[in-house]
Amino acid sequence: MSFIDYYKVLGLSKSASENDIKKAYRKLARKYHPDLNPNDTLAEKKFKEINEAHEVLSNPENRKKYDQYGEHWRHAEEIEKEQQRSHYQKRYQGEDRSYTETDFSDFFEHMFGGRATGGRGRQVKYRGQDFNAKLQLNLKDVYTTHKRTLTVNNKNIRITIPAGVENGQIIKIKGHGGQGINGGPNGDLYIEFSIINNTKFKRDKDNLYVTVDLDLYLALLGGSLMVDTFSGKVKLNIKPETQNGAKVKLSGKGFPKYKKEGHYGDLIITYQIKLPTNLSSREKDLIKELQTLRS
Amino acid sequence: MMETTDLIPIQIVCKYYNIPVAFIYRLQEFELIELTVLKRDFFIHKKELRKVERIVRLHYDLDINFEGIDAINNLLEQVNALKQEIITLHNRLRLYEDI
Repeated sequence: MSFIDYYKVLGLSKSASENDIKKAYRKLARKYHPDLNPNDTLAEKKFKEINEAHEVLSNPENRKKYDQYGEHWRHAEEIEKEQQRSHYQKRYQGEDRSYTETDFSDFFEHMFGGRATGGRGRQVKYRGQDFNAKLQLNLKDVYTTHKRTLTVNNKNIRITIPAGVENGQIIKIKGHGGQGINGGPNGDLYIEFSIINNTKFKRDKDNLYVTVDLDLYLALLGGSLMVDTFSGKVKLNIKPETQNGAKVKLSGKGFPKYKKEGHYGDLIITYQIKLPTNLSSREKDLIKELQTLRS
Repeated sequence: MMETTDLIPIQIVCKYYNIPVAFIYRLQEFELIELTVLKRDFFIHKKELRKVERIVRLHYDLDINFEGIDAINNLLEQVNALKQEIITLHNRLRLYEDI
């Protein structure tokens, strides 16, 4: 529990009038309101602080209490005694913003035992707050549809991760956000996927790209080669006189298409011809002979 | 085809959010939400509720008028489109990294 200077949060001095508080709150709320800063956790945190500061300072009795005990907040016993005598103990009513009591700091809870009254005094049912979470997965993990258990706000949630989700993609888990206010529905949980690619394959949506080294003689004369795909090895026929940088497309050997079970993108292979090194004198002679033949 | 079970009478919506019915009509006037008329009664589709809730918050909590909300909606749409584009470009850029 750390002391929060609500005046500082709103950029005000202790002598601020009710009107100053209202104006400061409105100005900052317009800047940091979650509806204006979707998926911005920093703005959300800042808004909670602003909201909390406003809740306390806009209520004359709460403000008086805060002004009186704020600097001695560490004396929890005294505060609790005061709290027991207080009319504000465990009053939850008339709130009209969609932020649950858990959004308030420990400091607030200790001082006032819950959310204060305020706002327009309307008993409004609101959806709970939406939660945002980031889930880091390896590229191999998202090659197949699988289930995974996540812990969000101390609750275990089992979700299905469809094959083919993309890096940066966000999925919504309905009803797993914050609890609704005054009987309103729960918010939703938004999960953003962060996909780490530690394979040799490059991915662009559902297509995969890989570079395969090709022996000079195989490139010149043709033949067959075993090549890794994401789902195992395949045998490729190499055409004679294959050029460096030539590409072949293996249809259906790419990445799964999102939410299209059994459909896959393509694997594009780029051949990179490796020239032999450390040539023996015999090899050099033969290559010179070849050179003569070609000129 | 729209399921009528997905439609909620605007009076119920107004009671739920404790807002005047005129507020909902104003939202329709500004084309911020769509209403459905069935036998002279006005209904709102449940898909629109999230939007209504957001507008209620912006209007009552932040004192933003309807013109402002309309502008915010347009800008947020642009922000979301740009974010999507950044993700797509970032993913494409990864193709050329570590070569």
